[in-house]
Amino acid sequence: MGGLDARSFKKRTVPGFFLAGVMAALLLAQVPAAPAETPALPEETAVLTAPPQVPPPITRKSPAKVVVKLEVIEEQKTLAEGVQYTFWTFGGTSPGLFIRVREGDLVEFHLSNNPQNKMPHNIDLHAVTGPGGGAASSFTAPGHESVFSFTALNPGLYVYHCATAPVGMHIANGMYGLILVEPAEGLPKVDREYYVMQSEFYTKGRFGKAGLQPFDMEKAIAEHPEYVVFNGAVGALAGDKAIQAKVGETVRLYVGNGGPNLVSSFHVIGEIFDKVYVEGGTVANENVQTTLIPPGGAAVVDFKVQVPGDYVLVDHAIFRTFNKGALGILKVEGEPVAAVYSGKQSDLVLKPEGEAIQKLPEEKAPPVKKKLTKAGRIAEGKKIFERICLACHQMNGQGVPRAFPPLAKSDFLNADVDRAIGVVMNGLQGKIVVNGEPYENIMPQLILTDEEIADVLTYVYNSWGNKGGEVTTAQVKKVRANTKK
Amino acid sequence: MTRWIVLGFLAALALGPAPSVWAEEEMAKIPGGKFVPLYGTNKKPVKVKAFWLDRRLVSGGDFLKFVEENPSWRCSAVKRLFADEGYLQKWRGDLEPGEADILAAPVVQVSWFSARAYCRSKGKRLPHTEEWELAALADETRPDASADPAFGRKILEWYSRPTGDKGPGPVGSAGKNFYGVYDLHGLVWEWTEDFNSIFMTGESRADRSPDEKLFCGAGAAGTADPLNYAGYMRYAFRSSLKATHTVANLGFRCARDLP
Repeated sequence: MGGLDARSFKKRTVPGFFLAGVMAALLLAQVPAAPAETPALPEETAVLTAPPQVPPPITRKSPAKVVVKLEVIEEQKTLAEGVQYTFWTFGGTSPGLFIRVREGDLVEFHLSNNPQNKMPHNIDLHAVTGPGGGAASSFTAPGHESVFSFTALNPGLYVYHCATAPVGMHIANGMYGLILVEPAEGLPKVDREYYVMQSEFYTKGRFGKAGLQPFDMEKAIAEHPEYVVFNGAVGALAGDKAIQAKVGETVRLYVGNGGPNLVSSFHVIGEIFDKVYVEGGTVANENVQTTLIPPGGAAVVDFKVQVPGDYVLVDHAIFRTFNKGALGILKVEGEPVAAVYSGKQSDLVLKPEGEAIQKLPEEKAPPVKKKLTKAGRIAEGKKIFERICLACHQMNGQGVPRAFPPLAKSDFLNADVDRAIGVVMNGLQGKIVVNGEPYENIMPQLILTDEEIADVLTYVYNSWGNKGGEVTTAQVKKVRANTKK
Repeated sequence: MTRWIVLGFLAALALGPAPSVWAEEEMAKIPGGKFVPLYGTNKKPVKVKAFWLDRRLVSGGDFLKFVEENPSWRCSAVKRLFADEGYLQKWRGDLEPGEADILAAPVVQVSWFSARAYCRSKGKRLPHTEEWELAALADETRPDASADPAFGRKILEWYSRPTGDKGPGPVGSAGKNFYGVYDLHGLVWEWTEDFNSIFMTGESRADRSPDEKLFCGAGAAGTADPLNYAGYMRYAFRSSLKATHTVANLGFRCARDLP
């Protein structure tokens, strides 16, 4: 608060006004001085990081005065492929920037509200001991900045959020983040640390509906989100944005839940949490599969990765993962460790009508040999699909809005089997309408044998609500013959 | 329109209030009425007496004339006691707002003190919050559209969007309501005479401290209509202000009592 002191000093000293003014200007230009009662604390400015990154561990052995500067920015960002949303953010990202301080630190918090913003905002940090967690003290009009201080008394991982009326809407628009108060003795050392935060979005348009989507108040009150996501967008932790580790490393996730409404059943597919600092507190549970994280709560999970592969971060309330976006990837690289996990050792098919389990033909099986069952076709087709088609048409055939048409419950697909065979055989270019949505893109010609085409289409027709049936090699050959004319 | 403002200004200077000559053109008569404001738990309607309200927001051009006549309200002269550092910050100079669109747009980055001084110079005053809220219940066709969710949603969508670099559009561009008043929703926030009375009310209510009224949990429990998110936002916005504050999307219009 040195700036204000300087200004009141200027006001009091009417004689020598000019000189005082110069002094005040000099004082104003400097970093605000520490409050008088804590003169001994060294001062530093906190390093804040955008998700999924976490600021480096604190190596100090004693408290400091830590200046935190956070700016509220309202801006349009991508919520999902083709879907825009006006996010209200702490620091330009949703979830907001990660803050890391040490137990006992005196935190001088500067909350500024970007002049282009429409709304007043404030911040309630759950790490604050005091009324409103700082909310009233940080209430700030657009174009202004508020400053308040607190001492981080309790170690732990805490949520912060905006608490300006209407609170629900401020949170629903993306105003939450995490602040870690490291215990004085520090946390056990790990190789990788990441910041993951779950939250929901209530949009007027249904999941995937393209364009700028406004906030839907009724859905928020009914607690029926269209999106449940990690780190503020569908796919924010997938593809080239997946978080990474190497075999043998220990990974720590700082996991928060911004809500506003849903409790997260946080789970990493294929991993067991060696340690969970339950509810972000001091007690560490061990060997946990799924940990509950309430809105406005957090947890710290530690685990060692022993086997390479993709580990999927999910909310195990699983429709949220596969239908609303709550899916992230931890990519672990390194040499396979067969003693821990073998990989697939055999592939057997359960014959529905018989008691016997039948073994599938080996891959080196003679190429002309005809498959015996439709189930066999589906199994083979699935492999082909995952290798070739999945990249565009997606895991569950849902496609990508405006880019790649869906195969799931697709009217275009189900209307005409021969046409579908032709598309896989020869590719497709130009405008088509699938389930009422227009698509204009190019599907390349795929180099597949007639049998493979039959397999993959049989798989597709027997998946995701399509009409079923079997596409035979003979049918494919017929289409090929007709195409050649 | 401009001629009327000038005439009105001259009239105010020469004769003091003389509303009957020009008021119909420049101001709309808002008939009195009752409504249940957002704050207060008892759902008791408040009564608002009939009043005149400017049909249009004060534009950059209007405010330029004001500072020409009143040097103490120029950017370089204004006392920090009456306006913060952001006062008319986008203007190029004291009497030079810059581009034509700044003249046509509602004036923003003005403090409550300066807005008040402007209205006083016209023989007017700032509207009271309750007067403003009553006039703003109207949509294009109805004096009270508050029961229509679509009305609330439209306002809410505007509140949700940041202003952006361009600033607000020209005065009059957000449409006219039932009373013939323009831009009550959809252009800028507006100063009211008693903008901070909800948090800092002189009337002490025994059941809760004033600053709890619209924060956090108290927000939902202590307000008349939890669905009225748009209303929340106006009260929240006003209560974030101090009288010296200047904001890039906060302007004003004037009001006056019936003669």
